[in-house]
Amino acid sequence: MSAPLLEIDGLDAWYGPAQALFGLSLTVARGEAVALIGRNGAGKSTSLKAVMGLVRRRARRLALDGADISALTTHRIARLGVGYVPEDRRIFTDLTMEENIGLARRPGRDGADRWPLERLFALFPNLADLRGRRGGAMSGGEQQMLAVARALVGNPELLLLDEPSEGVAPIIVEQMTAALRELKATGLSILLSEQNVALCEELCDRAYRIDQGELGWSGPMAAARLTAD
Amino acid sequence: MALDALAFQMINGLASASGLFFVAAGLSIIFGVTRIVNMAHGAFYMLGLYLAVTLADRLPGPLGYWGGLLLAALAVGLLGAAVEVLLLRRIYHVPELYQLVATFALALILNDAALWLWGPEDLLGPRAPGLKGSVELIGRRLPEYDVFLAFAGPAVLLALHLLMKRTRFGRTVRAATQDREMVAALGINEALLFTAVFALGAFLAGLGGALQTAREPANLNLDLAVLGDAFVVVVIGGMGSIPGAYLAAVLVALVKALCIALGTVEIAGLAFNMSKLTLVAEFLVMALVLVLRPQGLFGRPQAAAARAAASEAPLRPMGGTGRALALAALAVALAVPALATVWAYAPVLALDMLIAVTFAASLHLLMGPGGMASFGHAAYFGLGAYGTALAATGLGLPTLPAFAVGILAAGAGALLFGWFCVRLEGVYLAMLTLAFAQIVWSVVFQWEEVTGGSNGLIGIWPDWPFDSRAGLYLAALAVTVAGLYLIRRLIFAPFGHALRAGRDARMRAEASGIDVARIRWLAFTASGMLAGAAGGLYAFAKGSISPETLAVGRSIDALVMVLLGGLASPAGPVLGAGAFTLLQDTVMRETDYWRALLGALILALVLLFPGGIAGGLSRLFAGGRADG
Amino acid sequence: MTAPPVLSVGNLAKAYGGVHALDGVSFDVHAGELLALIGPNGAGKSTCFNVVNGQIRPDAGTVRLEGRDITGLPPRAIARLGVGRTFQIAAVFGSLTVLANVETALLASRGASFGLWRPQDGQARGEALDLLAQTGLAALADRPATGLAYGDVKRLELAIAIAGSPRLLLMDEPTAGMGTHERLALIGLVRRLAAARSLAVLFTEHSMDVVFGHATRVIVLARGRVIADGSVEEIRADPQVRAVYLGRSAATGERGS
Repeated sequence: MSAPLLEIDGLDAWYGPAQALFGLSLTVARGEAVALIGRNGAGKSTSLKAVMGLVRRRARRLALDGADISALTTHRIARLGVGYVPEDRRIFTDLTMEENIGLARRPGRDGADRWPLERLFALFPNLADLRGRRGGAMSGGEQQMLAVARALVGNPELLLLDEPSEGVAPIIVEQMTAALRELKATGLSILLSEQNVALCEELCDRAYRIDQGELGWSGPMAAARLTAD
Repeated sequence: MALDALAFQMINGLASASGLFFVAAGLSIIFGVTRIVNMAHGAFYMLGLYLAVTLADRLPGPLGYWGGLLLAALAVGLLGAAVEVLLLRRIYHVPELYQLVATFALALILNDAALWLWGPEDLLGPRAPGLKGSVELIGRRLPEYDVFLAFAGPAVLLALHLLMKRTRFGRTVRAATQDREMVAALGINEALLFTAVFALGAFLAGLGGALQTAREPANLNLDLAVLGDAFVVVVIGGMGSIPGAYLAAVLVALVKALCIALGTVEIAGLAFNMSKLTLVAEFLVMALVLVLRPQGLFGRPQAAAARAAASEAPLRPMGGTGRALALAALAVALAVPALATVWAYAPVLALDMLIAVTFAASLHLLMGPGGMASFGHAAYFGLGAYGTALAATGLGLPTLPAFAVGILAAGAGALLFGWFCVRLEGVYLAMLTLAFAQIVWSVVFQWEEVTGGSNGLIGIWPDWPFDSRAGLYLAALAVTVAGLYLIRRLIFAPFGHALRAGRDARMRAEASGIDVARIRWLAFTASGMLAGAAGGLYAFAKGSISPETLAVGRSIDALVMVLLGGLASPAGPVLGAGAFTLLQDTVMRETDYWRALLGALILALVLLFPGGIAGGLSRLFAGGRADG
Repeated sequence: MTAPPVLSVGNLAKAYGGVHALDGVSFDVHAGELLALIGPNGAGKSTCFNVVNGQIRPDAGTVRLEGRDITGLPPRAIARLGVGRTFQIAAVFGSLTVLANVETALLASRGASFGLWRPQDGQARGEALDLLAQTGLAALADRPATGLAYGDVKRLELAIAIAGSPRLLLMDEPTAGMGTHERLALIGLVRRLAAARSLAVLFTEHSMDVVFGHATRVIVLARGRVIADGSVEEIRADPQVRAVYLGRSAATGERGS
């Protein structure tokens, strides 16, 4: 087995003076989908933010494809091929759907753009009719799809997904699950923070459970349900 | 009213509106992306004008003038970029309030830099080549340059619109205005964007100033005057909206033009000189807009939970140590008159300190428990001082009733302005308080018949038993102690809890049945009255007052005292006011460049000691004890 | 049920730029009832909630509290008439102690917030401690509200919301941001309090285990209209609800960690 795509060892993170993560360690291999489970407030979102450099953090090792990223700012990490889908979608409400996409578009590290609009719309058919729609005028489910699409046009190798099922209708969750399975099949690596265990089971190979900022358990996804609190 | 006079004033007004719009648009764009209200923006405008006056004369040929203007604006843009890299990057993470005072400190330093470079005299620039003549409009002669400026505003508005809608930079700015973290997460270099945006905003302000070269002389008061005007414009137009800024600038300019064109009118047999009402008109437009649309004409409603959760520790009743310290301080204060034989200056300094303590404590009530940062608290200090002085000299009232009149005058002003202010939050509130204070200052400055204009009022002396140093000092001590005690009662009463509740979580408080706006209004008024008491003491202590008494500088002094002492502690303002007065009466007296010195002090405070003196002390005492 | 409803909402309508957030919504809530308001995002749940709470004025329709028309009153007035509420992201008064949080709410409900002189300490202490005991927070009374665990913050907000002895309790996603155990414990607490105080509870919720496990009745909103109103079993079986909201698997209530 080659070196993991994402390698985290001994990650601490803080919100202001309050420490939120304590020595977290995990890996994501190429083509693998990994779930971060645990209660809200346990540190799942913080873990993703810490990888993106959106919170103050320190780690023994924080590496992407073997290269250290612990000292890099957010935009450099994004340019190294990390796509981020934040917890509350954070669509630019003032910009149209197409402008949202356009702002995020940049070739991958190999210089290729693998996500022309047609391919995006094939993945999320709902978006095809909304090109000129202002982000703020889209429904929660549509925004969630746009948030994933926006991350994809940056041609990432690793996708960080934060609670894509939170606050959206169960029917949207089903569509999202199908789309994510398709993405995984193309070889994209995924780190998914999610409370919805059913979704994780559909998508992920392995899981880590975070309890109060510390790693509580890790193992194959199939065994995760047994460890539930 | 003659139509031609109105048309003439309107073109004139549109010409002024352009300059104001450039400043306001720059302010808005910078705020949108960086969330910083740049208090130094007026200084950028002023520097643009100074630089243009200098360059337009030096550069050769007919293009020298226009080249000089452009070069001046570009230089200011470059300065903006430097400021962003050297200063702002260090303060993006600090609380809003500290950002405001830090950029104000920068304005102070830039003002002294201009004083050092260009001297205190007004500088008049050359006239614009090719636009020296005038055009005829309905029988009146209009300066060509004014007509040109009137068109420059819409031209820049269009250019900015295209920039924002059609370019990638513009779309990035719009996206970052909403969520800059997410912009960074998409791989866009945030630091570079911030620098570019700040440079653009500074360039616009510099351009606004530079374009005034042929119209008005460069002088050192322009920075604050323009800043106040720009705040009014931004509040009316809506923060973050460029078309809003233009519309508001035009609206304000036209209302002023209308007032001037109307001249003296008779209403019910009384003659009103409308041209003197321009300031009031500006205020009325702003008031009207705020009542109908608190977020401004084109603004968005403010996010309800814009403020970060309060991390302040609960206030506890004074323990034994606190009580002992307070009594010891009182004993020392009582002993000061006796010190006069050893150190003659002691009572003078101590009286200054008491006035400062009362003033700072009044602001602290507003800013600490109230959560409302006022950048115009000098207005109430000044209303108290002028109210007291006018009652004592004009009406010939004895000392105590005159003092009461001063307090009531300040209270009335706070009641009026507070009604508007308490509806806003954060930087909007700060801007509005500053704008109100500018209006009060202008009224005092212009209303010569009553206030004595720039000469002020003299011969304000208290009568027996306050006419001796010791008498006045002890009276001031009594007022200060009473004021501090009153504040303590207020903040421990249900009122103070409701006030803090409204600050911590406004929606939660409203949902529990607390009328947050009213609670805040009362706090605003009480705070204004206390500031008025400090102003009244000041009038009697100095014997003369001038518009300087209520200038922006005094508001900033109070802010620095509160921040120096520490915002989270009730003892903060006492410590802060004491330390600041000591510093002011000793070090700052010695130099012409006290503004720059004060600015440097503020920057040091913000960058190095954000908890203030009280914060530092309690950290010291709490050292080692772990927090639950 | 013969008792008049605590809350009666009639024909509410609200449009934003041509989009109908609410389009003729009517329903009642009775004392002791836990009514869940569910539906896809953008269905109008929040708008409906904020209209009842007074934060939004409807274009048309009425809101009645025990027969009294409260449409268009500001939130603080509605609060004093007997409506408590909690927020999706729990909000408490961070710089006050837990006890002072509840005391402040108690005094506000009595219209005593303008007391300027007598210290608040002691004015409502007994009742406040009683409320803290009922919500399981007695041991934390003297702690600052900042720094409480999120579950405790949620319970404190609940104590604040019922401090004025409201007739109606509005809860916007009461269990958002909590783990399974805490979530069910909190809704259980709400259920006990509602029964003991014969309180009417209206809540929005995305966690189907909470809705199907604890609601006494469910209303489903979609595109601003009520598409279903009935018992948990009826809603679960409703084909239209399954199509627009629940989807295939979620009707079984599977969610959690």
